Amino acid sequence: MTKEECKKIVLDIIADIAPDEDLSNVKPEVRLRDQLQLDSMDFLDIVMELRKRHSIEVPEADYQQLASLDSCAEYLTPKFLALAAKG
Amino acid sequence: MKHARIVITGVGLTAPNGNSLPEFRKNLLNGVAGIERMEVRYMGSQLAGVCHYDALKYQKKKEIRVGTRAGSISIYCAREALQDSGVNFEGMAKDRVGIYIGCTEHGNVETENEIYNISKFNYDTKFWSHYHNPRTVANNPAGETSLNLGITGPAYTIGAACAAGNMGLIHATQMLRLGEVDFALCGGVSESIHTFGIFAGFKSQNALATHDDPHKASRPFDKARNGIVISEGGCLYTLERLDDAVARGAKIYGEIAGYHVNSDASDYVLPNPVRQAECVRASITRAGLSASDIHIVNTHATATLLGDIQECEAIRAVFGEGCPDTYINNTKSYIGHCMGAAGALELAGNLPSFDDFTVHPSINVDDLDPLCAIPGLVLNQPRRVANVDTILNNSFGMLGINSALIVKRFHP
Repeated sequence: MTKEECKKIVLDIIADIAPDEDLSNVKPEVRLRDQLQLDSMDFLDIVMELRKRHSIEVPEADYQQLASLDSCAEYLTPKFLALAAKG
Repeated sequence: MKHARIVITGVGLTAPNGNSLPEFRKNLLNGVAGIERMEVRYMGSQLAGVCHYDALKYQKKKEIRVGTRAGSISIYCAREALQDSGVNFEGMAKDRVGIYIGCTEHGNVETENEIYNISKFNYDTKFWSHYHNPRTVANNPAGETSLNLGITGPAYTIGAACAAGNMGLIHATQMLRLGEVDFALCGGVSESIHTFGIFAGFKSQNALATHDDPHKASRPFDKARNGIVISEGGCLYTLERLDDAVARGAKIYGEIAGYHVNSDASDYVLPNPVRQAECVRASITRAGLSASDIHIVNTHATATLLGDIQECEAIRAVFGEGCPDTYINNTKSYIGHCMGAAGALELAGNLPSFDDFTVHPSINVDDLDPLCAIPGLVLNQPRRVANVDTILNNSFGMLGINSALIVKRFHP
């Protein structure tokens, strides 16, 4: 799992929960809420889909780590790698 | 006490056989039903009335994903009704607009979906959706409509089983007369076909229709009727005080002439013809009319063996043989039972009779049940009549709620 692959996973989730958004030019360093119409319930959706699709848990205290694609990749990639290592 | 006169100025609807009043009416006059087979969770292929409106006409994809089917139907109907009314909605005081939507039930669909969802995760409730509560609150369809339209006046639903469609109109009439609002969006909606529970419940009651030909499955008054076809749908009206409607030069479909609501207080599910007759009589009296003044009676009959007979008994008791200008019909024979939307949709299907002097028939009556053979029944073919000045719309529901609503031709 690379950070780019991790970003792709997050973008795939966003594509499902925000189907009206154009995701072709999402800037990885910019906060997602500043460039897409996402509200707090949408971020709960991202957390839920990570749990459902990938068995990744994001505790409430860490929600701020999902602010941008870059921060998502920083935070989530080690979790994906740890999960993969567990087999 | 002198009440303000209340008039209907717009209609928005989606039914299994039409997504606008002109399309719906055309199909009612041409005998075109709208029942099909659909897959129902745990139950397989079932007969149902499914609506095929364009949800994306007034909602974003995300709104549809986050919201409910009942909310989506409400939004479609509300926007269609507003457009039909010709009102300058942008210029309206949004805090003076009320939304009153009748529902048979709400929340079963969303709850079943979530239980099914967590069943795939060993029933671990951490997979339960955070949207569950806003989706299942009883005011959801009205609330979604207020969000979509930016209406800040009162917006809520009225739970009245299958009398709910009439109740939406009745409640809006009351609120307009009380001066609580200046403009109302009202009627009824149903998303019930998306819950297996309602199919399973009626099946357990031996009240779920079966037929090889879906379009012939809903057959009130026919000897071979064998139960209800469950349908979704919605119909919302714009209601205004007459003075306001006239001042803006609105098209007026008809005037609310009278209504009555009562309760059987006798059984959970079995109708009570004595109370139904009392309800119909009271609505006629409150409208300042006599039974012989009623030109169309749109029945509630759902094609259950007993229910149809009992409603016919009630109608016979009120109208008897002495009402030669009273014609009786049924709309469920085309669209099945649209539950909370039924009363509102069925009234809408008859409103054009004020203009075309034609009574749409009850279809699928190949062999009339003698116990349903009441005078004035219009069966299988539309009937052109001398005059239509009044329409009485029956809607009854479980736990014994009865409603009768009379709309009359508008005369200044």
